Amino acid sequence: MGPLRTYFHKLGSPRWFFDLARPWGIGFAVVGVSLLVVGWVWGLAFAPEDYQQGNSFRIIYVHVPSAHLAQALYVAMGVAGVTALVWRVKLADMFIAVVAPVGLAMAGMALATGAIWGRPTWGAWWVWDARTTSMLVLFFLLVGLVALRQAIPSERQAGRAAAVLAIVGTVNVPIIKYSVEWWLTLHQPASFSFSSAPAMPPSMWMPLVVNVIGLYSFAGALIVAGLRNEILHRERDAQWVRERLAAGGARP
Amino acid sequence: MSIAIAQTRRDLAIVVRSRGEALNPLAFFALATLLFGLAGPSPETRAAIAPGAVWALAALATALSMEGLFRRDVEEGALEQLLLHARPLWPAVLGKLFAHWCVTGLPLVVLGPVAALALQASTDVLPALALGLLLGTPTLTFIGAIAAALTAGIGRGSLLVALIALPLCVPTLIFGAGAAFAAAAGADATPQLLWLAALLAAAATAAPFAVGAGLRVSQEH
Repeated sequence: MGPLRTYFHKLGSPRWFFDLARPWGIGFAVVGVSLLVVGWVWGLAFAPEDYQQGNSFRIIYVHVPSAHLAQALYVAMGVAGVTALVWRVKLADMFIAVVAPVGLAMAGMALATGAIWGRPTWGAWWVWDARTTSMLVLFFLLVGLVALRQAIPSERQAGRAAAVLAIVGTVNVPIIKYSVEWWLTLHQPASFSFSSAPAMPPSMWMPLVVNVIGLYSFAGALIVAGLRNEILHRERDAQWVRERLAAGGARP
Repeated sequence: MSIAIAQTRRDLAIVVRSRGEALNPLAFFALATLLFGLAGPSPETRAAIAPGAVWALAALATALSMEGLFRRDVEEGALEQLLLHARPLWPAVLGKLFAHWCVTGLPLVVLGPVAALALQASTDVLPALALGLLLGTPTLTFIGAIAAALTAGIGRGSLLVALIALPLCVPTLIFGAGAAFAAAAGADATPQLLWLAALLAAAATAAPFAVGAGLRVSQEH
């Protein structure tokens, strides 16, 4: 086996992942926090005002990254679900356990900031726009996933059930998105379409890109930390965890 | 095929011998229609929401009926017997779901238009509503069965089944209610009905495998 392949195999093993991922977690945290600070200050203080929406558009720098991330995390869970069921990789099942609450928080944040943004822009907290509605459905898919996990007492069983549900959900997400869009064109014209909005100047979208990457990295740090906790918890009876803890801490 | 038919006959026999339980979802549907009727302030409002309300209630009634789908089989060990057989699980799942649909879905196809009439919808809506329910309720059954399979090991949790299944029912609900509303507006409901048929085809192809996987997971120890 080449060194790269060995590395990948080690990544799939909780014990090796625990040590290998630590620098990643630190890296993600540093990059994420610094990009978010830069992106938010840039977006909130220095980006130009929108000529129609004024300052209220600045919530985009929180709204868009969280909405993006919620969807990406859901798809990642679907991929992890396949990995967990087909190759029986323990880590993939832990990944779903850790990512579901993060995704739920992101979807909740996207919905909340969307509502706050909607009030001054559309004149209503909630308008059943295609994107907000499919985000709401995504939010409830995540609620179901978290509830299912919590209802099953056995960790192994909960993980596998969540993997099946994550796959089913991921298959359904495009259908839901499409049907909601279709429903909208039937009932009301797409007056609030983002796609027909005037293109943003670089001074507006550059901080947005920084924020998106920042939030992705920050979520990466959360996920790595969560995975390491989950590994310690699930392998608490394993020799190596006991030795680590006896030696006065889980650090390598 | 013979496995599916045997499973259907067995499940239908059980339903016939223990009547009461199978009627609960239908009673729930009728009762909830009453609540919608009382909550609607005027005949116009009731007529306007009728097709949508019928579809939402059909989804709810189906999701709530699912909790009992595997409960008896889990308690009596019939499910473990089924899982121990080496043959693929999906024919038996398909048979089971067909039996369940005959008991809850098919009555809803009849009760749905009746409920819409009770909510004072115009008679123009009824064909699209009935046809939509005929195409849509099997899809709702398939989706609900996935949730029921995943929770089969827990023993309780009709609410959990609903929580898992209902977000997945959104497309069916949209096209089903869309067909009825199109008919109410005097438009052609064919596209929506075709979409419902497409969703049914997709669900019938994929769901039995997901249900099988869910059942296997639920009985692992």
